[in-house]
Amino acid sequence: MMVPVHYYLVLSALIFVIGVAGVIIRRNLIIILMSIELMLNAVNLTFIAFARAQGSMDGQVIVFFVMTIAAAEAVIGLAIIIALYRHRQTLDPEEMHLLKW
Amino acid sequence: MNVEVLGFFFLAALMVSFSLLVILVRNPVHSALALVAALFVMAILFLNLDAPMVAALQILVYAGAVMVLFLFVIMLLNPASVEPSLPVWRGVVCAACALLMLALIALLMSGPDQAEALHPSSVGAGFGSPEALGETLFNDFVLPFEIASVLLLVAIIGAVALARRVSE
Amino acid sequence: MEPGALTISSALLRLIPTAPLLGALLNLAFGPRLGRKPAGLIACAAVAFSFLLSLYCALVPQGGALKDILFPWIESGLLKVEVAFQVDRLSAVMLFVITGIGFLIHVYSLGYMGHDEGMVRYFAYLNLFVFFMVLLVMADNLLLLFVGWEGVGLCSFLLIGFWHHDHANTIAGNKAFIVNRIGDFGFLLGIFLLFWEMSGQGIGSLNFTVLERNAHLIAPARVTLITLLLFAGATGKSAQIPLYVWLPDAMQGPTPVSALIHAATMVTAGVYMTARLHFLFTLAPATLQVIAWIGVLTAIFAATIALVQNDIKRVLAYSTVSQLGYMFVAVGAGAFSAAIFHLFTHAFFKACLFLSAGSVIHGLEGEQDMRQMGGLKPHFPVTYWTYLIAALAISGAPLTAGFFSKDLILWQAFASPKGSFGLWLVGWITAGLTAFYMFRQFFLVFHGESRVTANVRSHIHESPAVMTVPLVLLAAGSILAGWLGAPEYMGGSWWEHWFESFFGVQADTGHAQISAELLFLVLTLAISALGIFVAYVLYVRARQSFKSPGLAPDGAIHRLLLGKYFVDEAYDALLVRPLTGFASWLASTFDPRLIDGAVNGVAGGFWTMSFHWRRLQSGYVQHYLFVFLVGALVVLGYFAIG
Repeated sequence: MMVPVHYYLVLSALIFVIGVAGVIIRRNLIIILMSIELMLNAVNLTFIAFARAQGSMDGQVIVFFVMTIAAAEAVIGLAIIIALYRHRQTLDPEEMHLLKW
Repeated sequence: MNVEVLGFFFLAALMVSFSLLVILVRNPVHSALALVAALFVMAILFLNLDAPMVAALQILVYAGAVMVLFLFVIMLLNPASVEPSLPVWRGVVCAACALLMLALIALLMSGPDQAEALHPSSVGAGFGSPEALGETLFNDFVLPFEIASVLLLVAIIGAVALARRVSE
Repeated sequence: MEPGALTISSALLRLIPTAPLLGALLNLAFGPRLGRKPAGLIACAAVAFSFLLSLYCALVPQGGALKDILFPWIESGLLKVEVAFQVDRLSAVMLFVITGIGFLIHVYSLGYMGHDEGMVRYFAYLNLFVFFMVLLVMADNLLLLFVGWEGVGLCSFLLIGFWHHDHANTIAGNKAFIVNRIGDFGFLLGIFLLFWEMSGQGIGSLNFTVLERNAHLIAPARVTLITLLLFAGATGKSAQIPLYVWLPDAMQGPTPVSALIHAATMVTAGVYMTARLHFLFTLAPATLQVIAWIGVLTAIFAATIALVQNDIKRVLAYSTVSQLGYMFVAVGAGAFSAAIFHLFTHAFFKACLFLSAGSVIHGLEGEQDMRQMGGLKPHFPVTYWTYLIAALAISGAPLTAGFFSKDLILWQAFASPKGSFGLWLVGWITAGLTAFYMFRQFFLVFHGESRVTANVRSHIHESPAVMTVPLVLLAAGSILAGWLGAPEYMGGSWWEHWFESFFGVQADTGHAQISAELLFLVLTLAISALGIFVAYVLYVRARQSFKSPGLAPDGAIHRLLLGKYFVDEAYDALLVRPLTGFASWLASTFDPRLIDGAVNGVAGGFWTMSFHWRRLQSGYVQHYLFVFLVGALVVLGYFAIG
């Protein structure tokens, strides 16, 4: 294994930051959700990298669970988006501010 | 500079470009496709890291099921709606924060004692195989495993409840 | 102190105050259900019980005391105070007066207040008063005495304003309480200072016996200050200059109340207190001088005001102030047993006077203005004689009680080492004025032509037996009580011997001066007779109804005296107005603007703060996520840099 682990960590950080940027600057709910998936994947990469570096399977098990949760979360998120679209006819988060003070 | 490192850089570049595509293209369908590609590259990276089982799961579950669901929903809701354009200051602030975050992470990782923990060691033959994963999962993590299944059930019910049409 | 039989009676001490307290509580709780008559009888029975017990306790031997310790009250650091009772010869005399005359007044009230709606409440308060007064004289330490002191002030307030639907009565009650409070402030300071000095010597008790043993340890200047402060309290409670102003107004209360509280008992508490603490006062000759002169000046001051008053009770009120002044003259002269003696005789004849006046008022259906009276002798056969006897007593007519006590005081004022000629002179003139105004009142009420209005005239009646019997008993006391203190050359001063162990040998004036003493006796008699004679001439012979001759009617002096030297008005302008003005400024400006402003300002500040902070809740999810990001950056920064 010649690639130092921290190369993977840097990559992971980069992907994570890209995901964060996507969440903040896009005004389409679905794109936002996809950016969140990006962030989750970046974290998965970090875990796998550490699992490899430590020689322990625990990291991979955690990734297993993260994927499960991510799937569930994506499902619920999309269901909410469908419900919202039915009410508002738009996917623009700027249009949804009923929880304003 | 050996093959492995070169390969890694190639994959990394692909990954980053696909991610950028995800967040930058207008059309949500294109965005979804870019994400699928990114997930594939991620699976290859997993393989490089001696995690074959997880890589397979990534493709099956993530790229296969979750992204398909995304595409269904994109199609269901009219994708023709045009997203308003981004105000400049927002993009600038965001870019600044992103860069700051990156810098801080780099800073965190660059301490002298950081390098120690990161040296890869060699691993056994069955590392990352389904057997190994199963062994750890069902011995040490059986309770979270069961709870995860309950959580999935709840998610299913929740999704159905949220997205159904309320019959008049 | 003999053990055995008397130790049993020590435990009985606690029953003396308990009986009236129970009576009060019973009447307060169940009175309305029991009815007016039974409530009154309960009250009378309670006081009678206390009276009988007090008689028994009077058997305490010379120099001894009965003690009854109930329970420890305060134990804090050096201070150790118990609720404990002590009956020695001084308190025995006081108890006799309080419960004995108190009992007679209770019986009298059965008749006087018989038709009053609030009779139950009246008897409850009256019993409560007896309880506090008994507590005051039976206390074995200064703090418990003060509890009784305050308690009688409270009851006085309650009873002055008894007919509270008439606002004037409540104002009078307020005045009494507030003026007393001012005196009590001085009293409390005195107690504090005394404790301070005592604790400096390592003594933490305010018990009288302990204080007496250790009083000499205090520096003389301090003793003077302490005693002056304590006397300030006495001027409030015993209505001396400058705090006497509440007593005339206190006449708004029912007449038996005036008799009991404002003649016989509460107002004498100040005199009792100085007698109880005589060991302290004798260590401060300067204070004694002050006391003597304030006493005598108050005496003559009040007497002059009484000369022209038209309300029958006002005259008696100022008379009380004046006689209390006499008692303080005796205290100032160091003749403590003489002061107590005058207290004793004064209780009899002043109570008799007040109750007789009450009888007249009752018979005239509430008329109190002497200008509407006159020629009442045929209508009030019993009251006429009791009034006459009491008036003779207060004027110092020979062989009456007042004769002995007043003469003794005047003699001590002159002859005692602490007395002086000036003191005697003023006191002597006052004696003449006293005789004059008392008989002015007597002649105006009972002699001369009747000025009673027509509709009252048809209802005039003498009082029932329940009222006249106490009157007769008090009148008898006004004569007989004096013999207890007859001077040595007339048969032995039993009174002084009785108190010998308590006060020590009194201001010894020596036997060689018997002739001088007799001379002064004659002088006193002479001026009293002159007073009575002048009153007779002016009010019976010359038939001048109510104008004060010699002083031009509506003339300047007359107006000055009738207006009580305008002291109340002066107090009002100098003290009351500024204080109430300050209070209303506080209420209208300071409190709303500053204090409410501060509180509301804090609330307003929070409101403004939240008004701005809540803009974070924009409702846009991406804004919230941005805040997450910023937070994450901060944490990262902390770990990376800090």
